[in-house]
Amino acid sequence: MAQYETVIGLEVHVELKTRSKVFCDSTTEFGGDPNTHVCPVCLGLPGTLPVVNKTVVEYAIRAGLAINCSIAEFSKFDRKNYYYPDMPKNYQISQYDLPIALNGHLDIEVDGETRRIGITRLHMEEDTGKLVHQGTITTTPYSLVDYNRAGVPLIEIVSEPDLRSPEEARRYMEKLKAIMQYTGVSDCKMEEGSLRCDANISLRPASSTEFGTKTEIKNLNSFRALQRALAYEIERQTEVLEEGGRIVQETRTWDEGKGITLPLRSKEFAHDYRYLPDPDLVPMIIDREWVDDIRSSLPELPDDRRQRYIGEYGLPSYDAGILTDTKELADYFEDCVKAYPNPKVVSNWVMGDLTRLLNAGAVDITGCRIRPKQLASLLQLIDKGTISGKIAKTVFEEMFATGKEPEVIVKEKGLVQISDEGAIVAVVDKILADNPKSVEDFRAGKERALGFLVGQVMKATKGKANPDLVNRLLKEKLQ
Amino acid sequence: MITKEDVDHVALLGRLELTEEEREMYTRQLNDILEHFQALERLNTENVLPTAHVLPLKNVYREDWAGQHLSREEVLANGPDVEENCFKVPKIV
Amino acid sequence: MQLFRLTAHELHDLLIKKEISAEELNLAVFDRIEAVEDRVKAYVTMTKERALEQARSVDRQINDGEKISPLAGIPVAIKDNMCIDGVRTTACSKILANFVPPYSATVVKRLDGAGAIMVGKTNCDEFAMGSSTENSAFFITRNPWDTERVPGGSSGGSAAVIAAGEAICSLGSDTGGSIRLPASFCGVVGLKPTYGAVSRYGLIAFASSLDQIGPFTRDVADCAAMLNVICGHDPLDSTSANYNMPDFTGFLKNDVQGLKIGVPREYMVEGIHPEVREAIEQALSLLEALGAHVEYTTLPHTEYALSTYYLIAPAEASSNLARYDGVRYGYRAEKADDVIDMFMKTRSEGFGSEVKRRIMLGTYALSAGYYDAYYLKALRVRTLIKQDFDRAFEKYDLLVSPVCPTTAFRIGEKTEDPLEMYLSDVCTISINLAGIPGMSIPGGFAQGMPVGLQLMGRHFDEGTLLRAAYTFEQNTDYHKAFPEL
Repeated sequence: MAQYETVIGLEVHVELKTRSKVFCDSTTEFGGDPNTHVCPVCLGLPGTLPVVNKTVVEYAIRAGLAINCSIAEFSKFDRKNYYYPDMPKNYQISQYDLPIALNGHLDIEVDGETRRIGITRLHMEEDTGKLVHQGTITTTPYSLVDYNRAGVPLIEIVSEPDLRSPEEARRYMEKLKAIMQYTGVSDCKMEEGSLRCDANISLRPASSTEFGTKTEIKNLNSFRALQRALAYEIERQTEVLEEGGRIVQETRTWDEGKGITLPLRSKEFAHDYRYLPDPDLVPMIIDREWVDDIRSSLPELPDDRRQRYIGEYGLPSYDAGILTDTKELADYFEDCVKAYPNPKVVSNWVMGDLTRLLNAGAVDITGCRIRPKQLASLLQLIDKGTISGKIAKTVFEEMFATGKEPEVIVKEKGLVQISDEGAIVAVVDKILADNPKSVEDFRAGKERALGFLVGQVMKATKGKANPDLVNRLLKEKLQ
Repeated sequence: MITKEDVDHVALLGRLELTEEEREMYTRQLNDILEHFQALERLNTENVLPTAHVLPLKNVYREDWAGQHLSREEVLANGPDVEENCFKVPKIV
Repeated sequence: MQLFRLTAHELHDLLIKKEISAEELNLAVFDRIEAVEDRVKAYVTMTKERALEQARSVDRQINDGEKISPLAGIPVAIKDNMCIDGVRTTACSKILANFVPPYSATVVKRLDGAGAIMVGKTNCDEFAMGSSTENSAFFITRNPWDTERVPGGSSGGSAAVIAAGEAICSLGSDTGGSIRLPASFCGVVGLKPTYGAVSRYGLIAFASSLDQIGPFTRDVADCAAMLNVICGHDPLDSTSANYNMPDFTGFLKNDVQGLKIGVPREYMVEGIHPEVREAIEQALSLLEALGAHVEYTTLPHTEYALSTYYLIAPAEASSNLARYDGVRYGYRAEKADDVIDMFMKTRSEGFGSEVKRRIMLGTYALSAGYYDAYYLKALRVRTLIKQDFDRAFEKYDLLVSPVCPTTAFRIGEKTEDPLEMYLSDVCTISINLAGIPGMSIPGGFAQGMPVGLQLMGRHFDEGTLLRAAYTFEQNTDYHKAFPEL
């Protein structure tokens, strides 16, 4: 198995979150009843013509800059001709030889090592409609076509064949997703299809520098599918090669249910796209000032933010990586730090309890009911000694469930920490009187007995007694 | 020379089903026409830029505003086969 | 008074003087249609009810004392490759035989806005591919001057209705001569504006980089009036030019004094009918006598134009016509095993022979391994052809030639040999490749059939064409001839 090296290149499609479609003013809103978000243009009615949505070009430039591409000075749209019933015109308006952005890269970390993955190009194109099958594409007696998504703007980002494992492919895809979200050009909701991926994969002898024959796997619509499909394909290709066979260059589809890739019939997918410059659209001369404006409006990107967290906040690299993985989480974290300027404490809470609760409830950080200021208030309550760290966890859970202010929860539930020495002394005296054996043990040198006695005091105060105070008072009484 | 097999391939790309008669006719006619086009080869165009557009138009954009849609009835009205508010097509593969 | 024989500007005068009503005028035209249509066969769809309703609304405006525009109430016919909301629009193809668009072309909206009355949709070659209107999926339109002959194409119906008095003005589209050739064959005025002057939105595309909509009229003044309505920037068409559009009627001056006219030698040779040559030479002499400087010149790459055109146009067409697949609209073949089978059967049954030929040709020219040799090569030669015109217009204000080396040919005469048919376009296609305006005006007769004089100008210089055409018209009476039907 180990004698082959895996070579993977990804073609990632990202749906841009503009208001209207790329070549007409139909809404890009997700969902809607079938065929209700269409106009004569995106339905491909005879006589209709496309007009480019300027924001699509702006977003494509923004995305290109974020992945270190150079932006073309001259760019144009071409027609990619092939027949498929989800395409209203039976050609897709795309970009062929003069894409909007070229020659970029992004860095990924795998096993603590940074790898730079080349990006060949980024181009703009239109999405297709949706085919609904009864069952799967191979068994359905007929299909239904809904053109609501037809004409939604896409950018396609093509990587160099620089990825060497399914894990790297996944990391690359995750990183790309983070960057696209940071730049605000896409929601990257994989479940809604706004981030999709096709993978080219081949194997070659470990020592070889030439590429082996590749297969293209389509329909990889989750990180899990990407990783599993690639792992499967490595296994399949290895088997073919080890048996002395040859890989057939073909397009395959990932069958999520069966966990295998399957070849698609060649008649439909053996394409000769017959590209031609779209005569209905005019060239784009991309003004450098426009590019500079977009560049200067780019937000801080994940890599920079992560470095800042390490440098400015003193966070470990791993934690900084997790916190900056999505823009929403990083924004949340920073809002917390603004209100409670102790990044390490905030980081512990966000990465610990908060992440645990979010995962358990399958909630996104954007849907989190605890606002950053509320988390800060909670941490301040601990600092002031109003509640103990332990009680704070209970309050936190309540905040997560109800969205109430921590002060309100503390008050309602009577969770205020007892720091009144007199009140605690009374309890301590009672516990010492009730547990003569433990007192004896302690005095005989068994330190553990102290812990038991602290526990008894805490129990009697329902956890509200200030633990430091309890410790000190017990020690004083026992001496 | 275009062969009948070339004609078959082109017909498949253009999604046309040809009768035997049409195959023969198009093979003959395309050869005639392409022979006529050989004249272009005489011209040296090495340093000539292609003209895709006759006017020097560039950067024609629209603003990103969503507008009116067709009603679903209008969308589906011309559909040869419609089911569940979608266009129905025979099986894909 | 035969209202159907008058021009739009004459009728406009009668309308505002309330000597006739718009309804009366339109009824007169519909009566004429009824009388001659079975011999001409120019209309594929009539919109009488819609027309009379519109006409009555114009009459109300007149009676209310409102100022009406020059085309208000005027019966206008539209080539059946332009969409009208709610009116069957077929491009004269079986594949669109039942298509009813839910939107209107920009030109239709503009004409509607000007109060023009749509009387019906005219016959043409299927998807505007042809030079004779014999490629219509429905029937053959006849030349009103001799019903055994073709009206020219592809906008044959729109030219024939003007010659036959079945409409006052009409719209055609011109990709390689489809307005000028039928205008020439039918003895009417036809103008293909500069590429980008008229919005193509709603025009069923044949070859997008060449297609342009333009008017057919009885005289040059009406042509200017039509241009005033249909020209202008349209945000729905990215290739529509944003320029300062003049008032075209301002060019209607009887004056060609000092105008420099070039006559491309290449357009006057090989196979030109002697009487056509004679008519053109007489026309040139007249222009010279009226004060223009006329001399022969050269457009050296003319011989490559036909090949260039028949690569570019079919290539674009093969892509433009891909959408006719039987899924969303139009014809669908009944029995199909799967989608690909349905596509192939639908298209094979839905398209006619010429359309299929051009799809084959264009698909071949774009296919892997041939793109550079054919399509890209053609785009480069297109540059050379355009440069020929640029150079000529450095010296001349106007170029003049015949529209076609012959007059209207007999029905069936050229249907067997596509190349022979393509040669009818030899004098017109370069104009589309260069994107310049071209016009056909009645320039005489040869053996009793009309001869068209072609005028060609600089980009967006329709004004000079109109001025020369108007002057020629004021000093001749060819445009007043009316065929007997």
